[in-house]
Amino acid sequence: MEDAFAMVVGVLFALSVYLLLSGSIMRLVLGIFVLSNATHLLIFVAGRLTLEEPPLIPDMMKVAEPGFANPLPQALILTAIVISFSLFAFLLVLAYRAYQTLGTVDTDEMRYAEPEQSLTSLRGRDV
Amino acid sequence: MNSLILRTATPFLVGLTVLFSIYVLLRGHNEPGGGFIGGLMGASAFATYAIAEGVSATRRALVVPPISIAGFGLFAAGVSGLMSIAFGDAFLTGQWWFPDFNPDLKYISTVVLFDIGVYLVVVGAIVGIICALEEDG
Amino acid sequence: MSDITQWLVVWPVLIPVLAAALAVAAWGNRRAQLVVGVLGIVAQGIAAIILFAHVWTHGVLAVSMGGWPAPFGIALAADTLGAGLTVAACAVALVITLFSLADTPEHCQRSGFFPLLLALMTGVAGAFLTSDIFNLYVWFEVTLISSFGLMVLGGGREQIDGAVKYAVLNLLATTFLLIAIGLLYGMTGTLNMADLSVKVAALPNSAALETVILLFLVSLGMKAALFPLYFWLPAAYHTPLPTVSAVFAALMTKVGVYALIRVFTTVFPESGDLARDAMVWAAVGTMVFGALGALTARDIRRVVSYTVISGAGTMIAGLAIGTETALLGSIFYVIHSIIISAALFMVVGLIIGWGGNNQIDTLFGLYKRAPFVAIAFLIIGLSLAGVPPFAGFWPKVYLVQAGLGEGAYVLVAAILVTGFLTLIVVGRTFALVFWRETSEKSAADGYRAGSLRIGTITTLTALTFALGLYAAPIVEASLRASNELLDPGPYIDAVLNGAGEHP
Repeated sequence: MEDAFAMVVGVLFALSVYLLLSGSIMRLVLGIFVLSNATHLLIFVAGRLTLEEPPLIPDMMKVAEPGFANPLPQALILTAIVISFSLFAFLLVLAYRAYQTLGTVDTDEMRYAEPEQSLTSLRGRDV
Repeated sequence: MNSLILRTATPFLVGLTVLFSIYVLLRGHNEPGGGFIGGLMGASAFATYAIAEGVSATRRALVVPPISIAGFGLFAAGVSGLMSIAFGDAFLTGQWWFPDFNPDLKYISTVVLFDIGVYLVVVGAIVGIICALEEDG
Repeated sequence: MSDITQWLVVWPVLIPVLAAALAVAAWGNRRAQLVVGVLGIVAQGIAAIILFAHVWTHGVLAVSMGGWPAPFGIALAADTLGAGLTVAACAVALVITLFSLADTPEHCQRSGFFPLLLALMTGVAGAFLTSDIFNLYVWFEVTLISSFGLMVLGGGREQIDGAVKYAVLNLLATTFLLIAIGLLYGMTGTLNMADLSVKVAALPNSAALETVILLFLVSLGMKAALFPLYFWLPAAYHTPLPTVSAVFAALMTKVGVYALIRVFTTVFPESGDLARDAMVWAAVGTMVFGALGALTARDIRRVVSYTVISGAGTMIAGLAIGTETALLGSIFYVIHSIIISAALFMVVGLIIGWGGNNQIDTLFGLYKRAPFVAIAFLIIGLSLAGVPPFAGFWPKVYLVQAGLGEGAYVLVAAILVTGFLTLIVVGRTFALVFWRETSEKSAADGYRAGSLRIGTITTLTALTFALGLYAAPIVEASLRASNELLDPGPYIDAVLNGAGEHP
């Protein structure tokens, strides 16, 4: 089972790398989203896949009975999902703003922060 | 959105969804549920309202700006962790109060305050984002 | 250990959270946010100083949150390095905040400057004080989210452009960090750094472990802006408001450098030849290409951004050498760089205000108009290059001494060449911007700096001068911090045995 999950994670990573190599911001954002989902699955597999009881503490008891599933990966993934969800929301807004203000979604055309400089401009005016 | 069906149904839907989200929030104390998922439900209620009645109506309905709600929630969560200092425990240690007249009333605890804080943060932040995006579009 | 002392670790993280929450709750009320912002950072700084004093006299202080004993719960732990850097970060953040009162336009203050700054300070302090590696990732994300918000304040075209590159590449870096953490968790079954230190040492050498180590190097190296992964920094750091640039340059890359130092001394003290070699060449490349980038940049803000990069390389050089003296140099350089990077971006903000533009080709004769700023720039620049009477000199002495002792001649050569190139950059910028005669009237002749801005810059300039003349306290603290890093026994003991005990 873990092998199958590992392959799924690998395929998702490959997909996200393909998307990240694209020049369009929307694909970049989607690539990051796929990458973070692949990472969540990876943490899930890293915590071992077992067939156990849910880690819930029964009524009137202080600890759960032995034989419950590892709750830590789920806690980690939940944290990571919340974080990646909020960052994804921010990235979407940013991509939209970039399209509005810069008028393009192509990263090659985004040169406002780093304008091309010609070598001749290296001389000052009256040095 | 100018849809008669949506506008008629919205008040009922919003009320029910908010009520259910609070139920999920409190139920999360001992069973599946909790502040985050309850907060998402609450936020979806206000999102429905924003779609049906518009952003300015939503802001009026909330009275407090959504971002301030998130601020209060974060403050509540932080204070709930702080309370254990009075009991000589480490940061974020849960404290419960079992009233004498009804020891089954196990909801009065810093953990629930933390969850309420999370609920408010989620509702405030998501409604804030939705309002900002709607106003923009 | 009584419980009240354990709380000392919590306050520097908790205070800015509560202050940020209050500031957000007071949305729209600029004055309230301003008061909460300044008071919050002052309170955080006081908490950090008390924590540092405690750590200095009593050793490592650890606490398990929620009473879950380590290694199961999330532990916070302060050693000399973590507590000391928190103090430095709070001090500089306070100076920057005071500067921002005069410098940041009112509408930007209104749209969330103070809450975001407080959230950023939470993340920075949390990253310095946590001893849980997943928690470190969470604090990284906290700083990242708030830095995104700060980056786009004002919403200019350049800013959006820079923010896109900054956001995408930094998100990639933190995702790589999460992948590395997930794999390491799969191998060891723990996330506590003290516990990891014990468990990783027991792991057999394998390709998987090597991969994890390199993933940590890549992801944290990206955050710290190391060669060849630094390209997001010169694309973004010059675009936001001067105050925001100062915060980023002073704190953001330092958090990455700190995480590298922490992970590669506590978790992977024996990181293997491949990672060690990669670190050496990354440090050399970062220093040299950072300095060369500063030489070619035309925008004065980008000149300064590139010097931040070469500074990160110098810090990693000490980590790559790895001896006591080398780590001493690195830690001293981190503190020096926190002060100097903030000061440089603040001064550049004033230069642009006076000169009316940001190209060093078209900035003229500012010495006549602002002699004070000229002298401040010169002192800060010389300190940056590592010229003797200033604070930047000492860490480089220790680094060169350690490098010669260990036979790391490439690193020594790179440090010296970088110092020389930086001196050229500073000298040329000074000559062009301040000394060049001008007859033209500038459009910004009516520009007034105000006593607050001048005062804050003077403070930082005086600080780098004073630390150069009297470096003994910083050297002593850095020495103790580097000893603690090389002998993590007490840290591990404090986290695993000291934390979580309460009556």
